[in-house]
Amino acid sequence: MTPDAIFKRLQEKFGEATVFDFHADPAKDKDPWCQIAPWEIENVCEHLRSDKSLDFDYLECITGVDYPDDKRIVVVYHLYSYGKKHRIVLKAYLEREDPAMPTLVNVWSTANWQERECFDLLGVLFEGHPDLRRLLLPDDWEGHPLRKDYEEKEDYHGIPTIRPNPIELFKITLPAKEPAKA
Amino acid sequence: MSDVIFTNEMDEEMTLNMGPHHPSTHGVLRFIIQSDGEIIRKAVPDVGYLHRSIEKIGERCTYPGYMPYTDRVDYVAAMFANECWATACEKLMGIEVPKRAQYLRVISCELNRIASHMIAIGAMAMDIGATTPFMWALREREYINDFIEELCGARLTYNYHRIGGVSFDMPKGWADKVKTWVDKFVPLMEEFDRLITYNEIYIQRLANVAIITGKEAKDWGLVGPNLRGSGVKWDLRKDDGYSVYPDFEFAVPVGKGQFGTVGDCWDRFYVRSEECKESGKILQQALAKIDEHPEDDLVGKLPKKIKPEGEAYSRVESARGDMGCYVIGKGAEEPYRCRFRTGSFTAMGIIEAKSPGLFLADLVALIASFDVVAPEIDR
Repeated sequence: MTPDAIFKRLQEKFGEATVFDFHADPAKDKDPWCQIAPWEIENVCEHLRSDKSLDFDYLECITGVDYPDDKRIVVVYHLYSYGKKHRIVLKAYLEREDPAMPTLVNVWSTANWQERECFDLLGVLFEGHPDLRRLLLPDDWEGHPLRKDYEEKEDYHGIPTIRPNPIELFKITLPAKEPAKA
Repeated sequence: MSDVIFTNEMDEEMTLNMGPHHPSTHGVLRFIIQSDGEIIRKAVPDVGYLHRSIEKIGERCTYPGYMPYTDRVDYVAAMFANECWATACEKLMGIEVPKRAQYLRVISCELNRIASHMIAIGAMAMDIGATTPFMWALREREYINDFIEELCGARLTYNYHRIGGVSFDMPKGWADKVKTWVDKFVPLMEEFDRLITYNEIYIQRLANVAIITGKEAKDWGLVGPNLRGSGVKWDLRKDDGYSVYPDFEFAVPVGKGQFGTVGDCWDRFYVRSEECKESGKILQQALAKIDEHPEDDLVGKLPKKIKPEGEAYSRVESARGDMGCYVIGKGAEEPYRCRFRTGSFTAMGIIEAKSPGLFLADLVALIASFDVVAPEIDR
């Protein structure tokens, strides 16, 4: 099925309030995508996976993107079907101040670690996730580095995170020339 | 079985720490294991020791300037991350890659796939306790490292592919050298099979250990040889037919459960060793056909200023399976966001769910059979 047909099927099933905003501009959107209302995502995905003619059995990738100008965090889902060989991209727009949405762990198990990573690096809260801990960074790390306004602290437990420029450090300074004797 | 193990009546539980410098964790990787004697109740992976924030670095580099960093996504098979980043940018900007450059990409990638699988199967055999195969495997890998060094000047982090093509053509006489080696390598893999793959002790040790069904593998997002080991016949090179792969004839080996159940550790090992032979076949065909395309046509037509707008997701079949790169451009010299989706990351996710009921020694076999590479998990 083409992404266009998948979008229409979803919109028929869930209504225009849940599935909307289809983008397929060939110049910009190389993979056509549509928006899903964040709090409905679990129902939509459950349908995508269990419906025989859609059959999306592979959640390829969960990506979080921060848009501070629009005050949004967008979570992008890339889905694929091994049987039907078609793809669709879903996006959920969240409030940047309080990014929260339901988890997809019950639909695809692979969402477990990918959502943990997204929480770790962007601070998106996946409600209902069984084990939402930091994954890549230490447990007591402050902030979420992939946010655009993140600023790294100068040290972590006394370990400096910045080091001096090695070129500056080993630069040989020649002694000042003595003024030529008159 | 796992129900019995999880009852609290057996309170002889102990907590073990494995790693981060354990030799069989293939890099800096840690497991916290709760076990009841030899039997694991739960093994929780603790990753992130090699996190270098490659995705954040990408937001601060120019599009071509990010290429050397992608080498570090997976330094055992760096060529694939190169290709993945290049194809993502090409898809975003609509650049066509010349045929010769595509052939060179296939040749370099297949060489790298063999090199990576050599590490995988050699190290797996060593983790199980057989030392000799590792030496055999590394000997062949050394040849490949030499070839790639002649091709692009580096042995590990290649930085060979470019947006729109590749950086160098083959040196003179290089194709013949590789051809001679491949002709020797394919029969050598059969000898390798006699040495270890079909070795009775090895089969007894790995068959029926840590079985992952095809359904589980899809659900947990396993890709590449791990997915095919579970009997799912799916290879991006065949099913997506990207680059010039449709020009070549090769088979997609899958786990058949020859000595145990489909999806056991032996099947994953078998798939990798078979894939090396298939890569050899692709190399032979690619080297025979490459001179049909004119020399010095290595980079496609690039826009004057690389400042794309929009978004694209590209996939390549890396040595560890489907590797994806998602790039968003916002009309600046630097990408707005780039993301790498790697095979080892999702493979690590399944270990916590699969570990209950395994023997401690079998956990080592499971990790080795997944061929996880720590930098690819952490990025």
